[in-house]
Amino acid sequence: MTAGPIIEVKEVHKSFGANTVLKDVSVQVAPGEVVVIIGPSGSGKSTLLRCLNGLEKPESGQIRIEDRSLLDAGAAITDIRSRMGMVFQQFNLFPHLSVLRNITLAPIQVRKLDSAKAEKLAMSLLGKVGLKEKAEHYPASLSGGQAQRVAIARALAMEPRIMLFDEPTSALDPEMVGEVLAVMKELAAEGMTMVIVTHEMGFAREVGHRVLFMEQGMLVEEGTPQQLFDEPQQERTRAFLSKVL
Amino acid sequence: MHFRFDIIVDYLPLLLKGAALTIGISALAIVLGSILGLVVSFGKMSSRWYFSWPTSGYIHFFRGTPLYVQILIVHFGLVPAFIGHTDAIVAAITALMLNSAAYTAEIYRAGIQSVDKGQTEAAQSLGMTGTQTMRFIILPQAVKRMIPAFGNEFVVLIKDSSLVALIAAPELMYWSNVMRGQYLRVWEPYLAAAFIYLILTYSLSKLLGWMEKKGVAG
Repeated sequence: MTAGPIIEVKEVHKSFGANTVLKDVSVQVAPGEVVVIIGPSGSGKSTLLRCLNGLEKPESGQIRIEDRSLLDAGAAITDIRSRMGMVFQQFNLFPHLSVLRNITLAPIQVRKLDSAKAEKLAMSLLGKVGLKEKAEHYPASLSGGQAQRVAIARALAMEPRIMLFDEPTSALDPEMVGEVLAVMKELAAEGMTMVIVTHEMGFAREVGHRVLFMEQGMLVEEGTPQQLFDEPQQERTRAFLSKVL
Repeated sequence: MHFRFDIIVDYLPLLLKGAALTIGISALAIVLGSILGLVVSFGKMSSRWYFSWPTSGYIHFFRGTPLYVQILIVHFGLVPAFIGHTDAIVAAITALMLNSAAYTAEIYRAGIQSVDKGQTEAAQSLGMTGTQTMRFIILPQAVKRMIPAFGNEFVVLIKDSSLVALIAAPELMYWSNVMRGQYLRVWEPYLAAAFIYLILTYSLSKLLGWMEKKGVAG
């Protein structure tokens, strides 16, 4: 286990045209830590998460992942990304591939596993998310909750050090939120480093080691779930929580 | 007017020989044109100006000028410049290929850009390179959506290939012109040619309809 942070974000600034979405954001995440980011829509929380694996590029600032600079990585960014899983709000499963092939494609192409090994790994991950019987199905035949669990298995197949979740339950019907959160809870219990953007306040309180509140591109307040939810220090945090809790 | 089926029957072997060349020229032109078109479309989508400007100029030229003019330029200019003399069949295939590359390039571009951005992001987040993403994620999905447009392009190409009769490539239209000259009759040669073109395009669109169904289901 490394002593320093596994993710280090320093004074990151990002804008889309005239619209500033991240203002001097600095965050550190320790190995094994579960960090939950909350805040109103448009607060920049998803953009911050997407910056962590280079899907968005900040104009200035530093991002270090496992002590390697992400912004100066050049072609090595694929290597950094391959050690970091990402789960999207819209699942983004590959519709032309079976569930099994969705999971084995990257291990075979990127990690160069042979297909027998990759399939064994995929089946064990499908077992973990409770969807072994869906291996030969195509994404179109899955419910939202099942699709998101497959997406989690797909990310885990790269055996990442870090998992990023971008509103993983926001596109789900309410009755399916629980099955996805259960899988995430299990991951957290296993000691996975996780950064989660979510509107599920109950989950944030229960599973998060640390909660960050963002608004208008700024990190307004952070603390343990107890500190942030029970004794918020900032007026803006209190205003937001009174609306959502 | 007395319609003489007997001269059509007499001429049928030559008309069918011409039709076979029509199919051959068109098929070769669409295959080569699709390969060139893929290269052109990547050029046009490139963020580097020295790729995107020439390819976009290429597309403008071939879509913005008559195929008739292009055939003459290729036949009397381009082909002799490369092989020293001209050859009607080589010129016909080259002109149709260059023309169809410009159209298929736009089909590729539309197909590729129709694939949801989330697919690219998911592939990137798994550590896949740009080439891997294109090959395993984007193109397989895009190609399915391109099949109808490619079918249309192939049908158009078969019809447009009649223009190469102009440079005496001995395809279907060439032989119906010869037939008109020999018998000094208009209806029989041209209606026979029209009918054969119709059979070609109709069976092709049926075939493509079937492929599309299979493609969507698979």
